[in-house]
Amino acid sequence: MDRGKMVVNSDECKGCGLCISQCPVGCIEFDNETINKQGYHPAKYKGSGCTACGICFNVCPEPGAITVYKLVKA
Amino acid sequence: MYEPILSKPKSFFETYKEKTGDQTITHYCPGCGHGIVHKYVASALDELNLTDRAIFVSPVGCSVFGYYYFNTGNLQAAHGRAPAVATGSKRVNPDSIVISYQGDGDLAAIGTAEIIHAANRGELITVIFINNAIYGMTGGQMAPTTLVGQKTTTTPRGRDPHNEGYPVKMCELISQLNAPIYVERVALNNAANRAKAKRAIKKALKLQSERKGFTFVEVLSQCPTGWKVDAPDALKWIEEKMIPYYPVKVFKDTSNEAEPYPEAKEIISGEKVFEILGIKRDEKKEETIKYEIPEKYKNPRIKIAGFGGQGVLLLGVALAQVGMMEGYNVTWIPSYGPEMRGGTANCSVNISDSLIGSPVVEKPTILVAMNKPSMEKFEKDMVSGGILFYNTAMIDTEPQRDDIIKVPVPATKIASDLGNIRVGNMVMLGAIIEKTKLLPLETVKSGFEYFISRKNLIPLNEKAVEAGMNYIKENNL
Repeated sequence: MDRGKMVVNSDECKGCGLCISQCPVGCIEFDNETINKQGYHPAKYKGSGCTACGICFNVCPEPGAITVYKLVKA
Repeated sequence: MYEPILSKPKSFFETYKEKTGDQTITHYCPGCGHGIVHKYVASALDELNLTDRAIFVSPVGCSVFGYYYFNTGNLQAAHGRAPAVATGSKRVNPDSIVISYQGDGDLAAIGTAEIIHAANRGELITVIFINNAIYGMTGGQMAPTTLVGQKTTTTPRGRDPHNEGYPVKMCELISQLNAPIYVERVALNNAANRAKAKRAIKKALKLQSERKGFTFVEVLSQCPTGWKVDAPDALKWIEEKMIPYYPVKVFKDTSNEAEPYPEAKEIISGEKVFEILGIKRDEKKEETIKYEIPEKYKNPRIKIAGFGGQGVLLLGVALAQVGMMEGYNVTWIPSYGPEMRGGTANCSVNISDSLIGSPVVEKPTILVAMNKPSMEKFEKDMVSGGILFYNTAMIDTEPQRDDIIKVPVPATKIASDLGNIRVGNMVMLGAIIEKTKLLPLETVKSGFEYFISRKNLIPLNEKAVEAGMNYIKENNL
């Protein structure tokens, strides 16, 4: 199980691509299947590889577009 | 099980209710640095538990709408004046945490004086300075911080230092002053620098909360739209072009040695200010008012409207001036288009024996319409029972309302007969004071020297006022 995961609120994403370019493990991509309500292809998590480093959150200009989760042992 | 560790800071509004359009997203362009720095400010306020004490001063520039987003106290300053507004705000609310947030055009061009002197006075505020080397909001013109050779819409061949000077280094300037205790330049180009930026903003706010002194954080930030590159390339541009000229480092940090400022002295209350100035606020004005005004015309809210050049603003000044000389509280506020002549103009005048809350007159008790469009525009706003003076020399229609008092005065015609068409406003003044008994003629006469700049025209203006009064009397209006 990955150490973390990131979730994009796709309607708040403006498709700038900063998170994709800055993610150290390359686990984010454009969702080319989706056009959000602002007319952009939003970013999305590829589904694996996240380390919960938080770099995507700290480079994303939209306050609420990205949430980063960390795995905690139950 | 996954738990959220990074999500939207609480210091932001959940939805941006003040904002027009989509209230879930910011108004910033994709990839803009402002949103990132906003997030760092909001996170720092969350972490330091300062949200409820924070006052965010928005500048003019792309971040003018800071108050859409921050769930803090908010002020929006005139262009460049955020540090001055922040100074005042902090001094009267010494327990607040005041953030002056400015871009490079705002801080380093029009607001240079304000920032230098706020820093030099060591105001207990935090200045966040967003340097993106360009005027973003207005479409990418050269800013004081634009790099040598950088192409902008106003330097299409690149900034030439022999013509436009060299880029201004604000951290270097500010750090030369004695008072600032913490001056750092940070950048958004890579994860390490962004982490430093976040820490610097938090540190500056913490130092302010400890009353240590003036703190200044410059952020080298991207403007993908103004630079005409996509967002990831903009980060490279910061690294390759900006950082070599604007070194990223701590320029000054005397926060360990700095003694906290003493607790603020007793704040002078608004009441105390009046006392010092010798103003008795609740003093009744009646004893100074010798003139009997019919009850229904007391404390009028007056709107005067006409073409620019008809003297509508001057008529308002005259009423306010004479009212003031009679001991009333008065306000006068003009409203006019950019045209000097021929456009429309109007002004609002309040004359009151008690304090006046707002100078704006939305529902006039007295309307003076010098031309037809003015009557059409403002008649409907009048209060029922209000009194309408209209210039029949230029208005060939009748007023529509039945619930107002109508006083037709051919002011322009009377003025023309007196030999100068431009004293129509003074004819109206005469009509107003005769009809309403609002102000006595003698005070109007002694007021002329204050509002008629060409003294040789005073006799003519006197005649015009008297002609207006006579017209009312003779026609039993």
